[in-house]
Amino acid sequence: MLFTSYEFLGFLLVVFIVYYLLPGRAQWPFLLLASYAFYFIADPRYLIFIAITTASTYYAAKQISDKKLSFEAWFKEHKKEYEKEERKALKAKEHATEKRIFLVCLLFNLGILAVTKYTNFTIANINNIIGTFGNKGQISFVDLIIPMGISFYTFQSMGYLIDVYNGKFEAQKNLFKFALFVSFFPQLVQGPISRYGDLSQTLYEEHRFNWKTVSFGLERILWGFFKKLVIADRILVPVKAIIADTDTYTGLYAFAGAMFYALELYADFTGGIDITIGVAETMGIKVTENFMRPYFSKNIKEYWNRWHITMGTWFTDYIFYPISASQFMMKLSKKSRARLGNNLGKRVPVYLSSFIVWFTTGIWHGASWNFIVWGLGNFVVIMISQELEPFYRWFHSKVKVEGTFGWKLFRVIRTVLIMSSLRMFDCYRDVPLTFKMFGSIFTQSHLSQLNADAFIGMGITASDYLVVFIGMLILIAVSLSGRSGSVREKIACKPAAVRFLCWYGLLMATIIFGAYGIGYSASQFIYNQF
Amino acid sequence: MNELIEILNDLHPEVDFTTAKDLVTGGILDSFDIVSLISEINEEFDVTIGAAELTPENFASAETIYALIQSKLDDED
Amino acid sequence: MRKILSIVLILALSISGLYLATKLLEPKYMSGILEGAMIEEYYDDPTDHNVVFIGDCELYENISPVYLWENFGINSYIRGSAQQLIWQSYYLAEETIKLEHPDVIVFNVLSMKYNEPQNEAYNRMSIDGMRWSKSKIDNINASMTEDENFIEYVFPLLRYHSRWSDLNSDDVEYLFHRDKVAFNGYYMRVDVKEAADVPEGRPLSDYTFGDNAYDYLNRLTKLCKDNDVELILVKAPTLYPYWYDEWDKQITDFAAENNLTYINFLNYQDEIGLDWTKDTYDGGLHLNLAGAEKLSQYFGKILSEDFKVPDRRGEAGLEAYWSDVTERYNAEIKRQTDNLEKYGSVHEPEEE
Repeated sequence: MLFTSYEFLGFLLVVFIVYYLLPGRAQWPFLLLASYAFYFIADPRYLIFIAITTASTYYAAKQISDKKLSFEAWFKEHKKEYEKEERKALKAKEHATEKRIFLVCLLFNLGILAVTKYTNFTIANINNIIGTFGNKGQISFVDLIIPMGISFYTFQSMGYLIDVYNGKFEAQKNLFKFALFVSFFPQLVQGPISRYGDLSQTLYEEHRFNWKTVSFGLERILWGFFKKLVIADRILVPVKAIIADTDTYTGLYAFAGAMFYALELYADFTGGIDITIGVAETMGIKVTENFMRPYFSKNIKEYWNRWHITMGTWFTDYIFYPISASQFMMKLSKKSRARLGNNLGKRVPVYLSSFIVWFTTGIWHGASWNFIVWGLGNFVVIMISQELEPFYRWFHSKVKVEGTFGWKLFRVIRTVLIMSSLRMFDCYRDVPLTFKMFGSIFTQSHLSQLNADAFIGMGITASDYLVVFIGMLILIAVSLSGRSGSVREKIACKPAAVRFLCWYGLLMATIIFGAYGIGYSASQFIYNQF
Repeated sequence: MNELIEILNDLHPEVDFTTAKDLVTGGILDSFDIVSLISEINEEFDVTIGAAELTPENFASAETIYALIQSKLDDED
Repeated sequence: MRKILSIVLILALSISGLYLATKLLEPKYMSGILEGAMIEEYYDDPTDHNVVFIGDCELYENISPVYLWENFGINSYIRGSAQQLIWQSYYLAEETIKLEHPDVIVFNVLSMKYNEPQNEAYNRMSIDGMRWSKSKIDNINASMTEDENFIEYVFPLLRYHSRWSDLNSDDVEYLFHRDKVAFNGYYMRVDVKEAADVPEGRPLSDYTFGDNAYDYLNRLTKLCKDNDVELILVKAPTLYPYWYDEWDKQITDFAAENNLTYINFLNYQDEIGLDWTKDTYDGGLHLNLAGAEKLSQYFGKILSEDFKVPDRRGEAGLEAYWSDVTERYNAEIKRQTDNLEKYGSVHEPEEE
């Protein structure tokens, strides 16, 4: 069920009405039911996967949590009977049992993720290697289903497991409550990756109908639909045309494709998240924000703190920190400092951890070399900008541009350009082709490519481009306004007539200018002669 | 405490760490800084800070970081 | 109180805005493709027709109710639309019988060749004009192609929103009203394009009409029987799309089994007096005015003699109504003939 389908809207409407008709106690169980129904409608087989992850994680976390509690209670009482060394040994023994449970569960679930998502990728690579030694014994691909949202709910569950293991909070005692945390339907499709500590605050509460929350939620949903339907789905057409015909669309076209894609992805992804957060909000549930005006970032590192935030913090907390704070890294740090000097030496472990993080981030996005190279590309850019830090400091001491509008604008443009270039890996078929098309921007760009006919030949009309352009201006205006606080709050303070015009205008604009339905895919058809 | 302030100043000379209270949420310390920081602390105070302790609350200010180090040192005996 | 008032005001504004947008964006079919406007026109006219023709272009371009009135006094209407599929004809018949009680329903059997929903645009032209009723709902459900949604029929704005970039003066002019485009359902053309080298039908792998099509033909038969309406099956005399002998036999058999009249006008071209060099405007697919009037003469005779359809000339109300239609009819003949002389086409040249 796509967010932008009548089925989803109908589903939402039913869930929403039933949710508020039910007594408070029944609200979260009903959400669990709705989430499983959502999954069931997509494909009944998916249910097995999510149920296994839910049950195993629930059980392991509860075991760990129970052990922790009973050990602590016992330890408190019997502490005095033991010498210091003995105490340490006892603690270590307890810790080892917990660790065993933890690791089994972690590896089991990551294993499911790896098998469903990466088996064929691995086979393809093995075949490539075999292929270089002659063409014998190719392994055939296996036909596996990839459950919807598996990357998201697996990460969300594992985050919970790690937190319980680290003693951040006690395990959830109610299996069904935990099942809801894993399967909460608005975020199954594309995240965000919620933390149990955050989502559980409002997920299980009783929620009475509150006009402000509900209307804010609806406004957020509408804004999401506007971004997705009016902007993203419309500009997607030329993006597809450009990447499909790499012989024609080189040079400035490839550049335009990258820029269009930057807009498409932003509008689509943030729009989807707006819908997710908005849907949760209408039911009084608070889902963590996933974006914070990312294109306004001053550099790529900051960009990654503001784009797909919940994924970034997940990788930071559960991969980057554990690796870089590990014994191994501490030793490596000491060694590299001794060898390479303090300045360079202390960066080696950070960069090594960062490399691993970006490699995993890449492969998490998709099982292909494109994503791996894309991830590592991010790593390289961040490393370079880190290394250029002294240069920038020197530059700013000489040239007084910092803080000026021009410099800020330059940084924003730089962020957009770098991210768009990296994302070309996301568009083109394979890595060499991406490099070729990126290169063509510098070698095959001609001003003659900038003609209206060529762009109209990409499947949308001049008026469509105008809609996209105006839509983009609205996006920018809303983003700028959002820097000084919630735009919805600001609108809510305006007189009723202004409020009505804003939201009704947005609704009408979405309905009329949205690129959806048969009319869009075959808008000219009805006027064809027969 | 002074050693810690020195380490922090090394990372960000432009920040006054004796007064700053929102090092992480305010965007002064990013994940790279935190990781460099714990390896510096490891050198200087000989305490190991685990990944689970790398929370925004623990790294909110020089004081909280120092408190973290102290608790680790106490744990050692 | 103020709160209730403002809620009512907001709702009223919202709904009228959506209504206006729908009215503005829905296709008007007032120039170019007129066929889309024909289904809706029916409701404005008096509803005590003795004969109602239901079917595709083989009826609405080939039979002239004006001619039937003037020469036989037959009060008739064509509920026709482009590529009207048999279930659409069935539901139109169902609705017609509810709204009025004709003596005779004439159905053209060419659409038996379609067993599944075909084409969204034709669906729209057949269905959008219908008034809401159970028949319309059933019709939509029977007609939808895979990528259509019921809700888009309920709220046509969801279907036609993308016309914002094609809006023209017609959309403003016909925001709240339509002109009549047909003459009791008849779509007129006066020009001539002779039928030369009409190809033989290509052999088919299977000539049997589909189950679904048969099902609706059975239902149509039952509907008429139950309501005491005479059902006449016809096949228009036009040459193309090709009407296979195998198909003809199935309909002949069906008619015999169900005690229905089936007239294949293809067999009576000489009696009708059709001249394929003069009586078609598109090489044999459809008849022009001359051809349609010849067929109407032939069929009108059958209707009044064999089926005893009454001559109602002289009824005051009807006379007044028909004289209006006839006036429009003659004006349209003149307009098309003039255009043909002036521009070589029945249409005015497109404005630049």
